[in-house]
Amino acid sequence: MVAMAAVLLIAAACSSTSDDNAATVGDGDAADTASAQTDQSSATDSSADAAVDVAAVESSGPIPGSQEDLVQNVGDRVFFEYDSAVLTPEGRRTLERQAEWLRLFPELKIMIEGHCDERGTREYNLALGERRATAARDYLIAFGMDSSRLQTTSYGKERPYALGHNEESWKRNRRSVTVVN
Amino acid sequence: MIWRTGRERGTASRYRLGVPSRPAIWPLAILTVILIALTLPLATARAELRVDITRGQVEPMPVAISDFYGESGEAIDFGKKIAQVVARNLERSGLFRPIGKGAFIQRPEEMLSKPRFADWRQINAQALVTGRVKFKSGDRMEVEFRLWDIFSEEHMVGKRLESATNQWRRMAHIVTDEIYKRLTGEIGYFDTRIVYIAETGPLDARIKRLAIMDQDGENLRFLSDGSQLVLTPRFSPTAQEITYLSYDQGIPRAYLREIDSGQHELLGKFPGMTFAPRFSPDGNSVVLTYAADGNSEIYEMDLRSHKKRRLTENSAIDTAPSYSPDGRRIVFESDRGGDQQIYVMDRQGSQARRITFGKGRYGTPVWSPRGDLIAFTKSYEGRFSIGVIKPDGSGERILSQDFLVEGPTWAPNGRVLMFFRQSERNPDSSELVTIDITGHHEMILFTTTAASDPAWSPLIP
Repeated sequence: MVAMAAVLLIAAACSSTSDDNAATVGDGDAADTASAQTDQSSATDSSADAAVDVAAVESSGPIPGSQEDLVQNVGDRVFFEYDSAVLTPEGRRTLERQAEWLRLFPELKIMIEGHCDERGTREYNLALGERRATAARDYLIAFGMDSSRLQTTSYGKERPYALGHNEESWKRNRRSVTVVN
Repeated sequence: MIWRTGRERGTASRYRLGVPSRPAIWPLAILTVILIALTLPLATARAELRVDITRGQVEPMPVAISDFYGESGEAIDFGKKIAQVVARNLERSGLFRPIGKGAFIQRPEEMLSKPRFADWRQINAQALVTGRVKFKSGDRMEVEFRLWDIFSEEHMVGKRLESATNQWRRMAHIVTDEIYKRLTGEIGYFDTRIVYIAETGPLDARIKRLAIMDQDGENLRFLSDGSQLVLTPRFSPTAQEITYLSYDQGIPRAYLREIDSGQHELLGKFPGMTFAPRFSPDGNSVVLTYAADGNSEIYEMDLRSHKKRRLTENSAIDTAPSYSPDGRRIVFESDRGGDQQIYVMDRQGSQARRITFGKGRYGTPVWSPRGDLIAFTKSYEGRFSIGVIKPDGSGERILSQDFLVEGPTWAPNGRVLMFFRQSERNPDSSELVTIDITGHHEMILFTTTAASDPAWSPLIP
């Protein structure tokens, strides 16, 4: 019972540092309140540390319009099913965000790379990768991107992202990646 | 002395050797190997000693390869090295078992006229190879060899070759080809080279270089420095050029390259990516794949006029084309029927017909130089195989299986395949493997780095 209250308190402390919240949760007897307050103070300390960290990241954040900006704030890649170049709903959402983002930087030109997992032959995968890159490109065009800003290429199975030889890796390698030139 | 030289049909075959690399050591000149048939006057009826290579797992024929005789210390040295190369070649074929030299009774200098057959019968040799090495002026070397049938006590074949001394390995390979031909009735494949991709570095930033070596793994040379990703090299019918894929500014494109000079050019002015190039049997055209708007189609390009012709037309992936040896048909892969399968069409691109109907996906078809079979890669339920099938789609046979096996290439006699393998035990690397089309004699060909995309040259002209 005591442990439970403490956990709840930490959760509350993390989501908010307001003393009011802590007071409303800690409405048990004196012993409970004491332990809750101890937990709360340590929780407050750690959230204060986190606040410092966030500030540090923000000060060295990616340059707007850079590849890092795309990777961190938009998502640079979409994933495909085995032997498929059909965009998934999630892939479409990523590409829609990419189109929004690219609208902010009209001077950017991009290369869309198609990639495959290692479970296909080399030349077939080159063709399949090109198909994936083109599917991503066509979706961006449908969302208003000027086709002259977009180029496609295929790496087939030459540049895996995940290095394992299992489905977990393969599904991360079946992708198209948008790269800022 | 019984050694006599005679010319087969009055003419000597000439082997033109283009001088490879290292111009600092080898002068830029064309060398010749002169091949003269040697006959003995007592040779009468043709001996019947023969290996039937169509039967698959036959017990390899025990053969004795004597060191070639030489008069000087250096000649003796070359005589040993040549005998060793010949023995290794024959052993790798899986059809012959060279007998250890320790068992030999008769010595090279005792066989200048004729071997004592009883001495060789005693160690169970069925065939014996003898020979001799002689230096000539101008750093040239003469190599003679003779093949003997131990049981019928007959001379089966004998020839004399001459070339620059630094070409001694080629002479040993040509000697092996002659022996193989006499004993199997098929042309040999030892005076050939392999072009392949040498791989180093981590898998997500793999460095790939064009590499070339003799068929036995010797004389390795790199043709590119690894700064650009290169894939799928294939020989021209003269073995003097290759066509391959290279990434320039991030786009894969098919190139043509002269092996010795290193001169290369882009194949055709296609606006997008081109890949899967392969020469026509006459060397005048290249068939390749061009992907426009994500749709891969097969094109043929005339190398003299640079005219292009589109051979396939649909929204499916059409790629990996390979000519029949008569140049009249093209085998390729397509997913037009839903998944990757093999089709044969005529050279004009019409009458495409699917030939694979087994369970799984089929790709990388390569027509045998004999015309009788098409080698392929198959994937089914997470495993890959190398197999062969007849051009009409019958007689499918699987020869090898593993985690990944891919990219078969034919020895010029159509009896042996090479492919690359990422094995179950070491899927992070890849290696070159040879196998007899009977499915026997599977062997790794040693390379100094990981290796993939091998292509076997024709016999070197």
